[in-house]
Amino acid sequence: MKLDVNGQSVDFEGDDSTPLLWVLRDYLNITTPKFGCGAGLCGACTVHIDGQAIRSCVTPASAVTGKKVTTLEGLPAAIAKPIQDAWIAESVPQCGYCQCGQMMSAAALLSNNKNPTDEQITQAMDGNICRCGTYSRIRRAIVQAAKNIA
Amino acid sequence: MDRRSFIKSTSILGSGLLVGFSFKDNIAVAAGEGLSNPWLQLNSDNSLRIFVARSEMGQDVYTSMTMLIADELDYPIEKIKIEMAPANAKLYGNDALGGAQITGGSTSMRDAWIKLRTVGATAREMLIAAAAQKWNVAASSCVASGGVVTSGFSKATYGELAADAAKQKHSGKPTLKTKDQFKYIGKNIGRLDTPAKVLGTAQYGVDVREPKMLAASLAMSPVIGGKVRSFDSTAAKAVKGVEAIVEVPDGVAVLARDYFTAKKARDLLNILWDNGNTAATADMAAIEKGLREASKKKGAIIGKAGNVEAPMTGATKKVTAEYHMPFVAHATLEPVNCSVSIQNGECHVWGPIQFQQGAQGAAMAASGLPEEKVFIHTTFIGGGYGRKLENDYVAQATSIAKASGKAVRMIWSREDDMTHDYYRPISLSQLTGGFDAAGKLIGLSSKLTSPSITARAFPGFVVDGSDPFMNEGSANLTYNIANYRAENVIHDTGIRVGYWRAVSNNLNAFAVESFMDELARSAGKDPVAFRMSLLDKHPRAQKVLSTAAEKAGWGQKLPAGRALGVAQMECYDAYIAVVAEVSLKNGKPTVHKLTCAVDPGVAVRPDQVRAQIESGLLLGFSTAMKNKITFKDGAAQQTNFDTYPLLRMSESPVVDITVIEGGEKPSGMGEVGTPLAAPAIANAIVAAGGKRIRSLPFLS
Repeated sequence: MKLDVNGQSVDFEGDDSTPLLWVLRDYLNITTPKFGCGAGLCGACTVHIDGQAIRSCVTPASAVTGKKVTTLEGLPAAIAKPIQDAWIAESVPQCGYCQCGQMMSAAALLSNNKNPTDEQITQAMDGNICRCGTYSRIRRAIVQAAKNIA
Repeated sequence: MDRRSFIKSTSILGSGLLVGFSFKDNIAVAAGEGLSNPWLQLNSDNSLRIFVARSEMGQDVYTSMTMLIADELDYPIEKIKIEMAPANAKLYGNDALGGAQITGGSTSMRDAWIKLRTVGATAREMLIAAAAQKWNVAASSCVASGGVVTSGFSKATYGELAADAAKQKHSGKPTLKTKDQFKYIGKNIGRLDTPAKVLGTAQYGVDVREPKMLAASLAMSPVIGGKVRSFDSTAAKAVKGVEAIVEVPDGVAVLARDYFTAKKARDLLNILWDNGNTAATADMAAIEKGLREASKKKGAIIGKAGNVEAPMTGATKKVTAEYHMPFVAHATLEPVNCSVSIQNGECHVWGPIQFQQGAQGAAMAASGLPEEKVFIHTTFIGGGYGRKLENDYVAQATSIAKASGKAVRMIWSREDDMTHDYYRPISLSQLTGGFDAAGKLIGLSSKLTSPSITARAFPGFVVDGSDPFMNEGSANLTYNIANYRAENVIHDTGIRVGYWRAVSNNLNAFAVESFMDELARSAGKDPVAFRMSLLDKHPRAQKVLSTAAEKAGWGQKLPAGRALGVAQMECYDAYIAVVAEVSLKNGKPTVHKLTCAVDPGVAVRPDQVRAQIESGLLLGFSTAMKNKITFKDGAAQQTNFDTYPLLRMSESPVVDITVIEGGEKPSGMGEVGTPLAAPAIANAIVAAGGKRIRSLPFLS
């Protein structure tokens, strides 16, 4: 089957029930979506399908044909840079394992809502677990990124 | 070998200067036959490489250790290239942990504080000596700063002097900078690993990609330690894409190009397990019964003051209570994984590793190759908390690579990870306090019955029934009580246990700090004032306690329904106090705020002290609120984040941290924040009118 990943058309010959996460990681060597739980519970594997944040560990490849898959690697600079700059400025990561997924959830939020309230930030980010507890910094970084974008 | 010959300096790798540290001699050493792996390597093009020999799992050794070297060397920190050091206990041993190359026990910065500054300062002195010789001037006229040595009109980069510097003699004990001379230490420079972690280029264990490397998924018995009796792989073999199926000591592994295929086929294996006798771990009632029986035994006396035999002598009023902690899992977000390639007589191991010596030993045993042929490549670690001190997964991946003849990236599923942990031990703490007729606390006895991690992992360190890691949080009690006895009974429940962030400080602090509150209430005293009166020998403890209380609004009017609870302790050479602000709804607590004051001695990078304390507090908080692992027929019953829920943003309380630097050297910091959330919350629940909770988790 053909998949559209970060603006490129790629062939995937494997089992079409393979979760998108493993297509990205093990066939395309795109490693920013991380494996955390395999059950859509932690958000480490978050990527965008047509601009919406989804959990790639529970999304089969067959479900994304004809749709645009975007990972952190392929996020447009206009949204990626303000977020990454804010993440650096707020010194968000500790172990850092969850942060690619956190930034993808933040990017989906900020793409649809340039000025989210605290409550909206919480709602958008609640599916992403950070075991290091960097939530207050993530929140500050999102507020900062929103300003960077505006 | 005498010291002089050991520190002889020769130039290797072209014209560079290499400096490391001999923990045996407690001095800096420069390049020579005794130094195959340095801490720093200065090249002729003035580039500098630093080999960080402690594992980076969020606690910031990557930056903080580099700061120590860069500051003394006086080299621009932003230009440094950092690599993870290989396994080499001779050069990278940790004095605080018996000389092994281990990242644990919040020891990295405590161990490195003088050593790595000595390494940087030695290089600086050698560069100055080279410059003085070259320009024929007094060394005292030379200034090394920002990667350049100057004297009058003479000027040379460190790189230009590196080859000559490598030939200079040095004492190994240079003069270190004083506090006012620091350029980096104490400053909030940005973490050096942040850009890679934000851009997504940081390599974790799961990200290792080597030529022809296959994904491997290992079927293990649901009962840890269970062995394969027989297996049928017919259905697994039929899965398209399966490359190999091999039996190894811990189970049966399936190899495929991708993890999903390997795991899918692995789940089709039909395996008959031999799990031995699991009667002792049939259920929690059996485990807890065994623990209670063991608590009747005499244990090792590990904390003593005054009348140790009968600490209640003279008491006219006694208070007794029992506290209980459950098994909990590390649940690092990066599941256990390891990559191994055995080729041309060499074994290469990549992974999230906290104990490089142990990893090397495990891979040697599994591969049959000697030490010099086994290479450990430590990646960034996606959460450690002690789990990656164990090397079960290194042995497994090496066995799979050897049996299959393939390079493998073995990744555990979340369910594998949750059910094959080295769990934080269950515990039973029994405390008694005694007041004299005047209402003064004159006696305290505490008895902890719990499995000993060290008895399993490093049995040589358990002496006369005393496990030093089990005594943390009780042997070092800060309270001045005339008669004190702390006793530990080691009891193996049959469940595998491991070091979990702050280890027994969690168990002991929950018991002691809950009990201090019960004693204060029994005596009709304010919990802060009661503690302050017993901390007269620890002014730093008094300072953090009074600061946390004041910042939290202790004694002030709070919003309706809110109440405060306090806890304090010394751990890892740091003093910390935490105040929890709680409200109750139908008896269930909501934690609104955690206010903390901490004294880390010296804050090497103050922002990281805050980050670690926040991280530790939240881990302690969320674990105390919701987490426990239970066993049925020897197997863990929680398998993923649905049954073992981790903290989410919506559940995070406000955290307010005050850092008070009250010492001359840094304390540990990675584990300091974890133990006190639980007792502070338990105490706040009582203050809010709730029942005393003596068994965790709070929401069970």
